[in-house]
Amino acid sequence: MDHAEDNVQVNVLPPDKEKIKKLWTVAAILGAVTAVEFLIAFTMHHGPLKTAIFIGLTIVKASYIVGEFMHLRYEVKVLFWSILIPLTFVIWMLVAFIYEGIIISDLRL
Amino acid sequence: MGVSYGKLMMWFFLLSDAFTFSALLVTYGLVRSSHQAYQGAVDAFTFSQAYWPIPEKVFEAVPFLHGLTAPLVFVGIMTFILIMSSVTMVLAVEAGHRMDRKAVEKWMLWTILGGLAFLSCQAWEWGHFIHGAETGKAVAEGTTFFGANLAHNQYGPPDFAAFFFFITGFHGFHVFSGVCLNFLIYYNTVMGTYDRRGHYEMVEKVGLYWHFVDLVWVFVFTFFYLV
Repeated sequence: MDHAEDNVQVNVLPPDKEKIKKLWTVAAILGAVTAVEFLIAFTMHHGPLKTAIFIGLTIVKASYIVGEFMHLRYEVKVLFWSILIPLTFVIWMLVAFIYEGIIISDLRL
Repeated sequence: MGVSYGKLMMWFFLLSDAFTFSALLVTYGLVRSSHQAYQGAVDAFTFSQAYWPIPEKVFEAVPFLHGLTAPLVFVGIMTFILIMSSVTMVLAVEAGHRMDRKAVEKWMLWTILGGLAFLSCQAWEWGHFIHGAETGKAVAEGTTFFGANLAHNQYGPPDFAAFFFFITGFHGFHVFSGVCLNFLIYYNTVMGTYDRRGHYEMVEKVGLYWHFVDLVWVFVFTFFYLV
């Protein structure tokens, strides 16, 4: 570090080739899953199965982003669970609200 | 606990932000499922106030290629840009672990560039959505309404445009804040703040926020554009 003007001693380590390669692999997976989503969007008929596949693939992408990019997989277990457990409320909210929406739709007819 | 205070608090902030975005997307789901769905063939789809539009029929334009029907291609490009900027961010974090200032500077600049590119794309997307497609919608006074605002839109029920503006707008504002934070980190890196501090943990914390923005886009992309 020849330009560290205030005499800070910085010990720069060489790039971790293994780790960087892994990050690019994750990026490739994310790209590939998005490509598959595109393929499905234009080849499959609309319906519950299509929606289910999209939600499944989205969860795959989300777990790669949270697990690898945000490094949550490698954090201590307490942190891991204190993030994941509260998220179950979202599932509750999802089921309750969509159910409600369908009932509203039936009442309007 | 084995995690620094700053990182822990960033995680809890992101958890609360995840609830906010879930609430928005779930409400979108509720309102959408309480409207009529379009029943006919996809090819015969026309815009109508009677049912919820098919997203791929709404978002089918690409800049500089006027008149071309390319459903979801532009959103696909935006998704790709955001994923790539997430990768460059994680490379900046990796460089930070090694105290490699030059590499952090390089990857932070790429990340900022990705963020700005995404925001520009979104600005175009909004502009196109507001100005509208060729057909327009007939309104009561016998004129035709083009595009969208919070009260009317040519694509479908008014709620459709309202949710588009609110959800993508709220996400876009997160991206904007993220670009500002990324710039701050870049500035501090260049000034040698983290070298003097002895660690690059700030890059990691802001990195968490930036990945979260990407994560939210993954969900917006699925629930607003694909489903």
